[in-house]
Amino acid sequence: MSEFLTHFNYIAVVIIMMTGLFIVFSSGNLIKRMIGLALFQSSAALFYISLAKVTGGTAPITLEAASEAGRALAAEQVPGYVAQHGIDGVVYSNPLPHVLILTAIVVGVATLAVGLAIAVRVREAYGTVEADEINAVSRIDAAGLQAEHAP
Amino acid sequence: MTGFAVEMSAALNVVLLLMLVAIGLAVAHTRNLLTAILLMSVYSLVSAAWLMVMDAADVAFTEAVVGAGASTIILLGAILLTRGATARVDWRAMVAPALLAVITGGLLIYASLGLPEFGDPSSPANAYVGRMYLERTGEEVGPHNVVTAVLASYRGFDTLGETVVIFAAGLGVALMLGFGPRATLAPAPEKMGDHHVVLRVAAKMLIPLITLYAFYVQFHGDLGAGGAFQAGVILAVAVILYGLVFGLRETIAAVPVKAARSVAALGVMLYAGIGVICMVNGGAFLDYDYLFSPQVEAMIPANLLGDPHEEHHWGQHFGILFVELGVLLTVSSTIVTIFYGFAGRSIDAEEAKR
Repeated sequence: MSEFLTHFNYIAVVIIMMTGLFIVFSSGNLIKRMIGLALFQSSAALFYISLAKVTGGTAPITLEAASEAGRALAAEQVPGYVAQHGIDGVVYSNPLPHVLILTAIVVGVATLAVGLAIAVRVREAYGTVEADEINAVSRIDAAGLQAEHAP
Repeated sequence: MTGFAVEMSAALNVVLLLMLVAIGLAVAHTRNLLTAILLMSVYSLVSAAWLMVMDAADVAFTEAVVGAGASTIILLGAILLTRGATARVDWRAMVAPALLAVITGGLLIYASLGLPEFGDPSSPANAYVGRMYLERTGEEVGPHNVVTAVLASYRGFDTLGETVVIFAAGLGVALMLGFGPRATLAPAPEKMGDHHVVLRVAAKMLIPLITLYAFYVQFHGDLGAGGAFQAGVILAVAVILYGLVFGLRETIAAVPVKAARSVAALGVMLYAGIGVICMVNGGAFLDYDYLFSPQVEAMIPANLLGDPHEEHHWGQHFGILFVELGVLLTVSSTIVTIFYGFAGRSIDAEEAKR
């Protein structure tokens, strides 16, 4: 049970990630697949941020006002914890994963737009965004081409 | 032995994560695309709240702006062009994906038990390089917001790469959907007392404030949460709001299509150019300590900002300022270009139908 509590974040992240994977695999609609991919990507972000959290920590902003709140948080910790893990009497969460995910989110929306643009072009070419129907249209086209080239 | 604030944040963590899981399952369940998109918007907002609990203020800001704002608009633009709900999928076709997801998920959960405990300050991720950034930012770079310092200075090259990716993605959308409408847009018919009048008045009041807020977020990135990525998206959202309420023709008159795509390139050039200036002055690429050559430093009056080599870090300060300006230009005009691409395509499709 204690392992469930200390690793709860990772379990939740895996469930969200698998939901995204399930949507990508099970749905034939290209737009729905992009949404599933966005969910999958978001779960990776949740994982990174979970790893960056430090118990009793505060946001990595070293301004005086933020430090006040950080000191209040640090005061709730067992003695010695802040001295060992804190900086100037305040415990901060890890800023590096925040940086990685911050840029990844904005890149994510730009690449989402690229995927959706492809879906729009597919719809213009095939008249549908359902993978099954696109395959059917492709097969009909291929059969037509074969009939044309048949002797 | 933990205090009230720590207990509360642990409880919030569990509740918000359970909400995220529930929303994710609802997205998987629904067949209506509009419902799925709006659920994703809610998901972003809840995850922004969760990110605040995780102390990731900057990321929460980005997620709220991008997830609940920009990506919802782009998804809605895409379903406008593709239409329709998803086809009903036979339950037998879902068995294999579900089985795969459950098996992979089970293996991943089993593997995750080997990860360090949640909140462990001495885990490998938290104990070394992350702690080093926190310890040294004050004397080496300067900004109070360590995230900004790492983003723009320590890992400036990484961020340059991300900016180029965003620019390339905008270019890709523009190449597939066009830079904007091809048809010349007719002026919207003037109707007295149309039902959009409340919307227009509200938008007219909001848009200047949103723009002003974007610049506040941009220039306060050094001190608090925020920065160029968030500000760029907020600025683009102001333009998109104008487009949604007043029509594409008026928006293109205010922000020309050519200007949007040129500014996107200009932002990347500004960012990379700062790096080159540092190299010319004898430093490494994007090493802002070499941003000013000694001659320039001699020209700046000594009492203006204090001694350049004391704690004020002129080079770092101005380097981050210019680099963030480059990111702002690229991000905002790329998202505007993407909006023009989707909106112009739907207008051209309607023209073709007539």
